[in-house]
Amino acid sequence: MYAQSIKSTGKSVQSLEEMSPEDRAFQERINRGEKIEPKDYMPEGYRKNLVRQIGQHAHSEIVGQLPEGNWITRAPTLERKANLLAKVQDEAGHGLYLYCAAETLGISRDEMFEMLHNGQMKYSSIFNYPTLTWADMGAVGWLVDGAAIMNQVPLQGTSYGPYARSMVRICKEESFHQRQGFHIMIAMAKNGTTDQHRMAQDALNRFWYPSLMMFGPSDKDSVHSAQSMAWKIKMNSNDELRQKFVDETVPQAEYLGLNIPDEHLKWNEETQHYDFSQPDWNEFNDVLAGNGPCNTERLTARQKAWNDGAWVREAMMAHANKKAAKKKATTQVAAG
Amino acid sequence: MTTTKEWPLWEVFIRGQHGMSHRHVGSLHAPDAERAIKNARDVYTRRNEGTSIWVVEAAAISASSPSDKGPLYEPASDKVYRHPTFYDLPDEAGNM
Repeated sequence: MYAQSIKSTGKSVQSLEEMSPEDRAFQERINRGEKIEPKDYMPEGYRKNLVRQIGQHAHSEIVGQLPEGNWITRAPTLERKANLLAKVQDEAGHGLYLYCAAETLGISRDEMFEMLHNGQMKYSSIFNYPTLTWADMGAVGWLVDGAAIMNQVPLQGTSYGPYARSMVRICKEESFHQRQGFHIMIAMAKNGTTDQHRMAQDALNRFWYPSLMMFGPSDKDSVHSAQSMAWKIKMNSNDELRQKFVDETVPQAEYLGLNIPDEHLKWNEETQHYDFSQPDWNEFNDVLAGNGPCNTERLTARQKAWNDGAWVREAMMAHANKKAAKKKATTQVAAG
Repeated sequence: MTTTKEWPLWEVFIRGQHGMSHRHVGSLHAPDAERAIKNARDVYTRRNEGTSIWVVEAAAISASSPSDKGPLYEPASDKVYRHPTFYDLPDEAGNM
């Protein structure tokens, strides 16, 4: 999902009997549904995996602003512009909630930024695809935010308190994101001109498979999921969520009069689910490795924003220190 | 580029409605208190969630430790007489 490339220690999940007394007590707390808080005991692997996962999630929110920021100044109406601006502002906020949650695990935000900028930490593959037309703003809200919500709703029940609480806030704010996207799709695909319908179909064609990739590799290739599920930092399997997404999205596409670009897509009476084609996993790995259409552009934009803002951050800190020193001096004089 | 000096962390408390107490909502980074309040307004009250904001530097907070849970809270658990339901009253007494 927003954390698609979590590499764990590679060890298999230990049984309760094999664990150290601390680890067993910890696992039993999780099994009882208790929340783990920052100062509580946690195994090093749990902490590390969470830093990676929350970090990737936070980076995805921040980098996710870039493909949409592209369209703020070109939105077709003032209303659409205000909607998109509010959505992009939310994403900045969501990134901040998540960085703060990760910081409770003993890593600083600046460290995470550095790891994003030097490629040590990842963000979701989806944001390495370009947003070429206004219809892409519809497709992104409808599909990308839709897929994100599908993953984030269960994460509200994750075992780490600060992460769960930030997910609650994010979910509360995010459902408008998907609706505004679908609204754009209705305007173009259902009520629009032939050209607008064609643009909407084109956006769906380009974003369908990248959206399916957001859920991460198939369960049979996702060897590290078991430990994350035992720790309740991953709540559902990748394939389970992907299936749910397809099942919910197909009728919405039908409503819009758009075709899902998959000739094998078919309702399966027996399973009561849609059968569908897998995305190209080679492409997925390639994008994660840095070779997607926009990887360089996204990372360069982030690095530039960070470097160009350095003097502002430093000046504000220097100003705050100076003011604090002055205040201290005045208080001392008054007291003296 | 390497970090010069990171902005300190602030904890944010918001009063949601008049008559309610301030409640912890999260944290953020800011160079000073004034800016922390402005940032809190942007990050935590985008949908009319607040009527008042408190910020306090995270480093200034003292917290109890998880290992003190027993000595701190267990003494209260056997004092059921602190709850009104401990006292059985006859129906004739009405609501009390």
